[in-house]
Amino acid sequence: MTNENRKIAFICSKGSLDMAYPALVMGWAALGNGVDVTIFFTFWGLDMINKNRVDHLEIVPVANSSMKLSMMGIPAGNMGIPNWMGALPGMTAVATHLMHGKFKELQVPPVREYLQMLVDGGAKLYGCKMTVDMMGLTQDDFVEGVIDIVTASDFIDMTEGAQIIFI
Amino acid sequence: MNTKTLAGITIDVNDEGFLMDADVWNPALALAIAQEEGIAELTPAHWQVIDFCRHHATANGAAPTLKAIMDGAGITTKELFALFPKGPAKKVAKISGLGKPEGCV
Repeated sequence: MTNENRKIAFICSKGSLDMAYPALVMGWAALGNGVDVTIFFTFWGLDMINKNRVDHLEIVPVANSSMKLSMMGIPAGNMGIPNWMGALPGMTAVATHLMHGKFKELQVPPVREYLQMLVDGGAKLYGCKMTVDMMGLTQDDFVEGVIDIVTASDFIDMTEGAQIIFI
Repeated sequence: MNTKTLAGITIDVNDEGFLMDADVWNPALALAIAQEEGIAELTPAHWQVIDFCRHHATANGAAPTLKAIMDGAGITTKELFALFPKGPAKKVAKISGLGKPEGCV
């Protein structure tokens, strides 16, 4: 199977810790297989490349039906985390800490380091102009490796022939 | 499975081109596979990676992931992608005579 001419583009629109990883993991796998990778960050996904935010991404245990009490170390089988419990002060920090622990156990790098690996491996990162303007950000707010802030139209042009994955 | 002759020996490779029997591997075969993959010569830096991969596979039963190679062989992402351009994960494993790396990172 040849991947030499294959292109994949990811659109990252989420800024939570759990939703930062899909594009990083798949993008890294794609680079490893010789596939061209472009990542476009928009809306909350800009947190992934915002140098003041990237090390502080969180996972919020409220209204997340997939998070179970067992993940917090409470042996409650398949029982979810009640929203009232998730809303208690400190619960977001606890959930985030636990998820970081799981990543570390599996030797999955933190988001900042993972992004740098992708950039060094040849991935091209871009910020979305509309949301960058909306949030009052500039290129200086972003980590090194973000090539440019581009319009939606630019993104469509530069991803001709690519498989596009929206996250 | 396919059979082909490289570096004077007959080898079996699977549908993705990975060597079926790691025991038939030798350095001359590694060079021949590398050339098939578009890498003209294997420098000491290439060998540092290949040797690490073979040791890792002997110890762990599987080809290492890229992150494991970077941490274990002490090379950076940029160096790894420069040594084995356009798809280092598969290229390194093929040249090292191992199967497809198991793991996502």
